[in-house]
Amino acid sequence: MVYRKVEMAEIGSAKGPTGEHRIILRYADEPDYTPDIDCYLRHGGYEQLRKALSMDPAAIVAEVKASGLRGRGGAGFPTGTKWGFIDHAKNRKPVYLLCNADESEPGTFKDRQIIYKDPHQLLEGMIISSYANHAHLAYIYIRGEMVRGAQILERALAEARAKNLLGANILGSGYDLDIFVFRGAGAYICGEETGLIESLEGKRAYPRIKPPYFPAVLGLYLCPTIVNNVETLCNVKHIVEMGGEAYAKIGTRNNTGTRIWCVSGDVRRPGYFEYDGGAITLGKLLYEVCGGIRDGNRLKAVIPGGSSAKVLRAGETYRIRRANSEGTMEEIEMTLEDLPLDFDTIAASGSMSGSGGIIVMDETRDMVECLNNLSAFYAHESCGQCTPCREGALWMHKILDRMAEGEGRPEDPQLLLDLSGQIAGRTICAFGEACSWPVESFVAKFREEFEAKAAQERKEHERLQPAC
Amino acid sequence: MALIRNPFDHDLPSADSPRVHVQLDGTWVEVPLGLNVIEVARRFGKLIPHYCYHPKLSIAGNCRMCLFEMGTPKRGPDRKPILDAEGRPELQWMPRPQIACATTAFEGLGIRTGSPLAESCQKGVMEFLLANHPLDCPICDQAGECKLQEHAFDYGKGRSRFGEEKVKKPKRVDIGPRILLDDERCILCTRCIRFAREIADDDCLGITQRGGRNRLSIYPDKRFASNYSLNTADICPVGALTTKDFRFRMRVWFLKETKSICVDCATGCNVTIGSREGFVHRLTPRVNEAVNSHWMCDQGRLGFHPIHSKHRVLEPARRGEAGLFPGEWPLVLGQVAESLRKLEPPSLALLVSARLTNEELFLVQRLRDLLQGESEIFTEVVPRKGEADGLLRSDDLNPNSRGSRILGIGAGGEKLPELRKRIEEGKVRALFCLHEDAVSAGVPEELLERLSLLVWQGILADKTSEKAHWVLPGASFAEKSGSMVNRAGQVQRLHQAIPAPGRAKEDVWILRGLILALGGEDLGQSGPEVFSKMAATTPAFQGLTWPGLGDQGVSLPAEAR
Repeated sequence: MVYRKVEMAEIGSAKGPTGEHRIILRYADEPDYTPDIDCYLRHGGYEQLRKALSMDPAAIVAEVKASGLRGRGGAGFPTGTKWGFIDHAKNRKPVYLLCNADESEPGTFKDRQIIYKDPHQLLEGMIISSYANHAHLAYIYIRGEMVRGAQILERALAEARAKNLLGANILGSGYDLDIFVFRGAGAYICGEETGLIESLEGKRAYPRIKPPYFPAVLGLYLCPTIVNNVETLCNVKHIVEMGGEAYAKIGTRNNTGTRIWCVSGDVRRPGYFEYDGGAITLGKLLYEVCGGIRDGNRLKAVIPGGSSAKVLRAGETYRIRRANSEGTMEEIEMTLEDLPLDFDTIAASGSMSGSGGIIVMDETRDMVECLNNLSAFYAHESCGQCTPCREGALWMHKILDRMAEGEGRPEDPQLLLDLSGQIAGRTICAFGEACSWPVESFVAKFREEFEAKAAQERKEHERLQPAC
Repeated sequence: MALIRNPFDHDLPSADSPRVHVQLDGTWVEVPLGLNVIEVARRFGKLIPHYCYHPKLSIAGNCRMCLFEMGTPKRGPDRKPILDAEGRPELQWMPRPQIACATTAFEGLGIRTGSPLAESCQKGVMEFLLANHPLDCPICDQAGECKLQEHAFDYGKGRSRFGEEKVKKPKRVDIGPRILLDDERCILCTRCIRFAREIADDDCLGITQRGGRNRLSIYPDKRFASNYSLNTADICPVGALTTKDFRFRMRVWFLKETKSICVDCATGCNVTIGSREGFVHRLTPRVNEAVNSHWMCDQGRLGFHPIHSKHRVLEPARRGEAGLFPGEWPLVLGQVAESLRKLEPPSLALLVSARLTNEELFLVQRLRDLLQGESEIFTEVVPRKGEADGLLRSDDLNPNSRGSRILGIGAGGEKLPELRKRIEEGKVRALFCLHEDAVSAGVPEELLERLSLLVWQGILADKTSEKAHWVLPGASFAEKSGSMVNRAGQVQRLHQAIPAPGRAKEDVWILRGLILALGGEDLGQSGPEVFSKMAATTPAFQGLTWPGLGDQGVSLPAEAR
């Protein structure tokens, strides 16, 4: 796969014609905005923390529930519901809050914008969330490769401690909290929340079996633990600012708030863009905001939510059932370009909006090679704990690698489908789906390409056979 | 309760667990709340195949072989279960399979072990496990008792679709003094890792590398030298961990399996003796929740080797001018009996082993009674002190100390120093050693030379047998049937696995011959026969029968111990 060199100036960081609604990234790309605390305070920083500390923790949880905020890490689980799993009346153990900053999903580069450019926004969100959940110790689990990001966060934490925004008796409220940065050692699986917890405990990041190890019950050190994504935690600050109901008015029902979409691949201007939930269609994002497909090529396929989401093929139409403005269900037909970017419509199209990483492939791309690229990643990143993923991810990669090398066999496309079906839904964690959904969707939607590859090689293969 | 404390007992729910109703393959059954689904199925004769689950180890849930189709009660708008005509809850079946090892029984749980979904999961996992497995069954020691092999037969597809190069991993890795690792055979179930961590308390094993290249490894510069290391070879579902002792010795399907107990210490771990054509090849632990649970120590497991030593005494013999001269059993027994009869009773001493069975000790007791008449014959056992390890090993290395005490043969060796004194003073002029070496028990060789009669009965030549006037070759633990009482008062059976070698005889047979030659009562020709006579006359064993002991033994009441 040949990568096109992208000029920095091309990256869609500037505001302007994109029509974005930036809440999380509001200041991040301002020319004079710096990641230090003075700059953050000048821009109204930590005001929401002061407000939150005057509120009852349960009231903050109620606001988050009312906001309809859904997790931005990939699964889209309602944050308020997650927080509600801990029964503070009965719980006698310490509660931990973990920020999942292990952003490793190929195609996703939103959390690092926040960490690198606006770290205090994350800290403010974390302190508020910790307060709301009665946590007195929180960790930021940052991906090992983000060395600079970890340094920025360490500096931000020191600045916050110096101003008594962290530590004992924060701003005289009587609430104590400290936050530490923990660097991963470079494994995708550490982004799985129970794998993250194991890694934080100093062990091999083997995801835990659920039941019984639900983080809200038996999380870090077998204590109740909340694991939230960077973007999710930042949103909490804005929910406190606006109030849950006002926040819920942003975006569409069940897809509230803004989301940061990361566009990469064969578009003229890749980058990250923040829009209200469902406010922009995929076509508009690709053709207007990102300047269309590179070199005037035609669109071939889009992976809408990070590399583990199922691929969508250009020219497909989807029958989407959704609630209309009057609240009744209707079924409408949509093309790929019509799909509004939100959780529910993309899920209804058979894929997922996941972590918001939109990967674009144009007509020049060989789908066998694209899939082989993804499967190499998943074969390398499988932790190997449970059988189907350990054996299946490597097997599928070996088949694809062979096909890409021109050694395909006629049975390969069907075998790939069978193997992916033997993995998804049968593993300890969602990695099983992550490694098998791309295979399943690529082969199903571009079957002719895979069969052509297999058949074309069959002739050569036959020629090589001895006459007997 | 076993003598070893297991960190988990998934198969033994507490007796006061409330009962719940679960539907197992269409039939409603009653089981304790919280029992895992593998154990639920096992109770009703159904096997849910599994590799990583072990009832005594923490739940790993990694092999995915025990996936089953799970149902939960359908609930109405009032959140109450909807009941069918028979009053049972109607079930809805989850599309996503669940692992049986980590799913525990609750009211209204539905279990389908053989549905199309469950079968497809089993087939899929089998195909994945076999993909990179070396399939070297013809030269694998585990063949014949390999779970991968068995489940491949029962749940596998029968043909492979894997046409790629297999992952290469290290083979013949020397991870400990008694154990070898083959990483290519390993299916990464982590049972050994959990055993080392949770039971042997020697957390030195782990997994390195990632994904399909995962492999079991030992911590750098460490050795898996725990005295319990060989249990990992037992619980290893495949041939990844093999014992250096048994490796390449015998195909397991040729082994005759005989239930017995380990005689290496007073714990009496239950074992299976694997033998073929008169040769013992291995001991493996046999489950007994009152004694050893699933485990045994390496020392006990490997302790059988001396029975095949070249120092075994194989012929009854009398010492003449030119050394030992073999004799015929009837003649030898008659002459020994005659020599014993001629003695004045107090001048005879019996040095008896607490490694003998109850039946043998009972016959020794009867022999003593026959000889001593009104006076008293000195009798004592030789103590063996070891170190208790807090797991299974006892500080008493005699397997039947309690039996010898119950039968009045010895008092734990307290009287032993007196034996030497009596010989020195000339009070004892004849000594009968049964499976004990008088020299190592504290009687110097030159004192033995002063004796007018030294009879030795045992299995391995020692300093005493070199001086003995009569040598009577007896039988090892694997060559006889009988019973012993372990340190907790459990009466347990040994069964004869192999015949005694050469002209050696079961000790019961030898002692019976002596008793008959002295005009005593016939108490039976075999261990089981003697047991019933012994039980009838020994208060502690009152009411016990040989068949009644069963394979798990019987616990003596506290006052009888």
